[in-house]
Amino acid sequence: MMALLARDLKLAVRAGGGFGLGLAFFLIVTVLVPFGVGPETALLTRIAPGVLWIGALLACLLSLDRILALDWEDGTLDLLATAPLPMEGIVSVKALAHWITTGLPLVLAAPVLGVLLNLAPGGYLWVLVSLAVGTPALSVIGTFGAALTIGLKRGGLLLSLLVLPLYVPTLIFGAEVARRGAEGLEVATPLLLLGGISFGAMALLPFASAAVLRINLR
Amino acid sequence: MGRYVRFMSLWEYANPVKFIRTTDVVLPWVSVLAVLCLVVGLIWGFFFTPEDYRQGSTVKIIYLHVPAALMAINAWMMMLVASLIWIIRRHHVSALAARAAAPVGAVMTLIALATGALWGQPMWGTWWAWDPRLTSFLILFLFYLGYMALWSAIEDDDTAADLTSILCLVGSVFAVLSRYAVNFWNQGLHQGASLSLDKEENVADVFYFPLLVCIAGFVLLFIALVFLRTQTEIRARRTRALIAREQQG
Repeated sequence: MMALLARDLKLAVRAGGGFGLGLAFFLIVTVLVPFGVGPETALLTRIAPGVLWIGALLACLLSLDRILALDWEDGTLDLLATAPLPMEGIVSVKALAHWITTGLPLVLAAPVLGVLLNLAPGGYLWVLVSLAVGTPALSVIGTFGAALTIGLKRGGLLLSLLVLPLYVPTLIFGAEVARRGAEGLEVATPLLLLGGISFGAMALLPFASAAVLRINLR
Repeated sequence: MGRYVRFMSLWEYANPVKFIRTTDVVLPWVSVLAVLCLVVGLIWGFFFTPEDYRQGSTVKIIYLHVPAALMAINAWMMMLVASLIWIIRRHHVSALAARAAAPVGAVMTLIALATGALWGQPMWGTWWAWDPRLTSFLILFLFYLGYMALWSAIEDDDTAADLTSILCLVGSVFAVLSRYAVNFWNQGLHQGASLSLDKEENVADVFYFPLLVCIAGFVLLFIALVFLRTQTEIRARRTRALIAREQQG
């Protein structure tokens, strides 16, 4: 499993395109928002946590089809399926690799981009924390979506349609943590609920993803 | 004894031929009853109930809004049960019934949202508010769209049935999660009970009885539509199989 993880990370970094693309997308979304709503700093301060969360979510979504598609096309997945690894382990490692290459950079970049949006001083820590807790859920849910649409020729749009409704609870609690943190309110309740969703998704969804992959590899 | 047990078994209807034969008999009755209930309930509701003292005649939207909302949720529940039956016992009729129910449920959700907007405009002064109930219905609609899109995107029938069943299971969990997350998200802005009239203790008997008839009408309508659409799916699949056999031979 470690070998698989190392291989996925190396591919993401060296093959070009994938790694950093999500980060650039996140930057562009954040830059575009002030053009859309106007440069008024008070307004930007108010919407900054939500914008950062939506930007991170979209950047995550953009890179989902790369989780499994390349391995599906060149037959690596078939080989992995016959390997003595459980399918659940394979999809978990895939999700973890996606999180390390996409989620983690987003988490680290979010406070920097917060400066552009004039994020309230108290908000930096909680944007970082909420994204750190929430993005693993986005990767795991996204892996499920990617496994569902893997056999389709043009699954990209369908993948978004399937995955975005599943992102709703994560987004609600994540953005709520960031917003409350920025306004200096109590964050424990939404943070615990966000953690619950994240860990619940990590524990249960790999079984669904593995079942879906087995069906698709049949 | 054996004959009796066989007659009583629900799984008998997993046989497509048996399913079509039985629904052929039942379908006209259900359809007629549905039309009867809807006509009686709607006319009773629209013309023979008093107007609400605060809401005026707009209260009559309730006769479409509440049954549609009820069926929107129950259609998803039916799809969930049918998906489970497909995953566990692999009866094709079950998978096809889930597929047949999805567009009906989506339309019910749309009716509930549209009538709700029409009702909201005179009552709240807005077509749309990010109220928990409204928001979770919109999310439910998105789930229906995704489910139908996945069905139509996959060519192989069995793979499509498998994948959509799992999507339905996972989607159900997330739909429930979203329902409560949305409650949490907009707690401070709206209080649920005073905005919605779908708590039955809020409704006086004059409105309650025609509402019950309308609900019965919508349930029967849903059953009739699902039977009809499932029959169509079965026949379409049979036609495809026959055509494939012709081309081979």
